[in-house]
Amino acid sequence: MGFEVLLKGNNMLRLLGGLGVALYISLISVAISIFLGIILGALMTLKNPVINAVSRVYLEIVRIMPQMVLLFIVYFGATKILGINLSAEVSAVIVFSFWGTAEMSDLVRGALSGIDTIQYESSAALGMNTAQTYFHVIIPQIIRRLIPLSINLITRMIKTTSLVMMIGIVEVLKVGQQIIEANRKSSPNAAFGVFATIFLLYFLACYPISLLSKYLEKKWEN
Amino acid sequence: MEEILKVNNLSKRFDEIVVLDNLSLSVKKGEVVVIVGPSGCGKSTFLRCLNGLEDIEEGEVLLGEEKVNPNKKNLSKTREKIGMVFQSYDLFPHKTILQNITLAPIKVKKRNKAEVTEEALKLLDRVGLLSKKDNYPRQLSGGQKQRVAIVRALIMHPEVLLLDEITAALDPEMVREVLDVVLSLAKEGRTMLIVTHEMAFAKAVADRVIFLENGKIVEEGSPAEFFDHPKTDRLKRFLETFSYEK
Repeated sequence: MGFEVLLKGNNMLRLLGGLGVALYISLISVAISIFLGIILGALMTLKNPVINAVSRVYLEIVRIMPQMVLLFIVYFGATKILGINLSAEVSAVIVFSFWGTAEMSDLVRGALSGIDTIQYESSAALGMNTAQTYFHVIIPQIIRRLIPLSINLITRMIKTTSLVMMIGIVEVLKVGQQIIEANRKSSPNAAFGVFATIFLLYFLACYPISLLSKYLEKKWEN
Repeated sequence: MEEILKVNNLSKRFDEIVVLDNLSLSVKKGEVVVIVGPSGCGKSTFLRCLNGLEDIEEGEVLLGEEKVNPNKKNLSKTREKIGMVFQSYDLFPHKTILQNITLAPIKVKKRNKAEVTEEALKLLDRVGLLSKKDNYPRQLSGGQKQRVAIVRALIMHPEVLLLDEITAALDPEMVREVLDVVLSLAKEGRTMLIVTHEMAFAKAVADRVIFLENGKIVEEGSPAEFFDHPKTDRLKRFLETFSYEK
């Protein structure tokens, strides 16, 4: 079935190392996206026409453009035109953060505008000042809405990191290909075993996150 | 009796539309004033002006000696003394019933948690909802939520309680349980301003009834005069819309 190649030498370790690279890139991007997304999302609720126009164009670009094209533009294009030397990893983080910030800001905007004005007013009527209202009433509700959605975004990001092998980053999929190539003669069926293992690795990385999201969603369904 | 709330020449406009037109009113301690009138007559806006949820353009609202001013820094201090319950169930969805009630006294008034909890449980018991203390708002019916909202306002020990159409969004069979709570509050001498469409309730609870139209007080009087011997034609016509004859 082709699983035997994984037992050769340190192939399994290399595969895990590749997964590590994928997770590393996605987690850095997720952290940046959440931070910038919250700021942008909050700005979008201010209903400032300039911010709204800019963010709409930005979100549209991210929605329309395949992530791979963005990767190529940043890694191959920008480095040439701007004369800066970006490593493949930095390019990947830039592209994933560019994408993630857009998605995150939209989630934050939705969560913020989904809070009824009566929540602000009834807090005010109880004598709470603005800081108390946000701290005890508004932000906890936003976090409850946001966390399941942003966890979903995290798993999508982890999956999409498989694209970064196209700009030469040796992540789990690329390692898999290398193992298959190297064992073409001795194990012609390696492709199945290796890719099935990669499937399992992605599953093991994403499923707990997905379970956590389901759990939180259930816990906070009020 | 001591005057507790005074409104002097209050006017308010939304764009070109005059919502409140030179309104003056004075409420004594322990008095229950019910405000009725057609939709859009400014009743709710009037109540919202009383605790600074709306800007006041002209005139003033005085709570005792204190001016209620939306632009004032310590408005939230003044609001602690004015309780308000709204039409829509406005409980905090992420907190339990008990937490909904104790949040403001603990965080705003910095009262001791054990003491606030004890008082909250007593009040919950009084409105018949002690068993719901650890539930979340979504697990309660509309009438139950509204009773909790009343308790949440009461625990701040407000000098005046504003009730803004608190039964308008309720199923008919739940109206009674909420209004019974309000009636018992009136009996113990709470100062209240109540906006409602329940005429029978208004008659039972009010010391004074006010008919508001186009931002003006058209007629006011004791419930007996107001409902049985209305003076103005406008009020007569308004009251007729609530009675049915075959």
